[in-house]
Amino acid sequence: MTGKPPFESVVSAHGSTVLRVCRAILGPADADDAWSETFLSALKAYPDLPAGANVEAWLVTIAHRKAIDVTRAAARRAIPVAETPETPSTVSGAPGSQAPDRPAGGGLVADDDLADALTRLPAKQKQAVAYHYLAGLPYADVAAILGGTAEAARRAAADGIARLRRSYPGAGAGRAAPPRTPGRATGRPAAPRTASKGASP
Amino acid sequence: MNADDMAGALAQAFPGHPDQLSQLRTRLADAAQQDGVLDVAYRVIDSPVGPLLLAATDQGLIRVAFALEGHDAVLQSLADKVSPRILSAPGRLDAATREIDEYFAGRRHTFGLPLDWRLSAGFRRTVLGHLPEIGYGHTASYAAVAQLSGSPKAVRAVGTACATNPLPVVVPCHRVIRADGSMGGYRGGPEAKRTLLTLEEAAA
Repeated sequence: MTGKPPFESVVSAHGSTVLRVCRAILGPADADDAWSETFLSALKAYPDLPAGANVEAWLVTIAHRKAIDVTRAAARRAIPVAETPETPSTVSGAPGSQAPDRPAGGGLVADDDLADALTRLPAKQKQAVAYHYLAGLPYADVAAILGGTAEAARRAAADGIARLRRSYPGAGAGRAAPPRTPGRATGRPAAPRTASKGASP
Repeated sequence: MNADDMAGALAQAFPGHPDQLSQLRTRLADAAQQDGVLDVAYRVIDSPVGPLLLAATDQGLIRVAFALEGHDAVLQSLADKVSPRILSAPGRLDAATREIDEYFAGRRHTFGLPLDWRLSAGFRRTVLGHLPEIGYGHTASYAAVAQLSGSPKAVRAVGTACATNPLPVVVPCHRVIRADGSMGGYRGGPEAKRTLLTLEEAAA
């Protein structure tokens, strides 16, 4: 009888997606810790996961909780700042999420701009966008993680996308649209991405 | 920009990070080991008989597998029989790797590794326990091993025990051959058995 796959294949199948979700929710500086906590916790609980469970939804659920823990721990360490989050939330508004020296415009940093813009969304919107658009979870699963209905999750994601469009004027939005140079479709700039906040570990 | 465009732009804004992911996986294996939740650690090493999968519990080496067996199938079987908490974690296999490398270099004639025998039971386990008594560079017939194991008539069962040896190479079932001198079967294929016997003959 064949039961659960070895945990190594769970990491292979979902490690990258969970890292992208952690980066979206927390930004690059705290994503590593959240990823590590998520998979260590998942490994411990793995033998008890019911057969046939949706492993990706399960992992994103754990990552959602770990991201909240990481944000709380960071908040306890942080020096208070005057700037307050857009919504009172346990996940959004991590101190220092604004990058003061971020260059304005410029096609090559557009992806970083969008990543920053997502990280700065109100928590529910950011989570709904990340879990649906980056992790590919249906809204019913997103709702199970966030609480509330699938319709509310869909609305939060739509609101988030609308807000991203305003802070990240993409194609057809008029002013300062980053040019889609041929290289952008396939490759990324060779220069290392710089973390937009905090010091990398 | 429509929703699909935005999904594409988001995917591009959060690309995969293969190097970082591989560091995180190493860190996960270390943390799992430290927290005592790494039930099975494995690695794959190169050898003159092809890639060998080595797997160990905290008790010791539990499985050596040839590519012929299908490493994925072997890992799945470990997940089913031992635990699905399995990670690629080379550190726990350092000693096993060293001894097996020495063996293939002709510099090691016996293994001193702790072994986890839980994949073998009953008479098969008894048979495998006697195999190290066949010295390096020597061979014995299935009938002789049946005798050693205390059941002279159980020649066929000795064949089964060898064919299902979870720890080939380290537990030397390759030294058991047919009474007429022909090699008999082998979990790693006849070519692998020949390679091991030739190596031992040369280095004995």
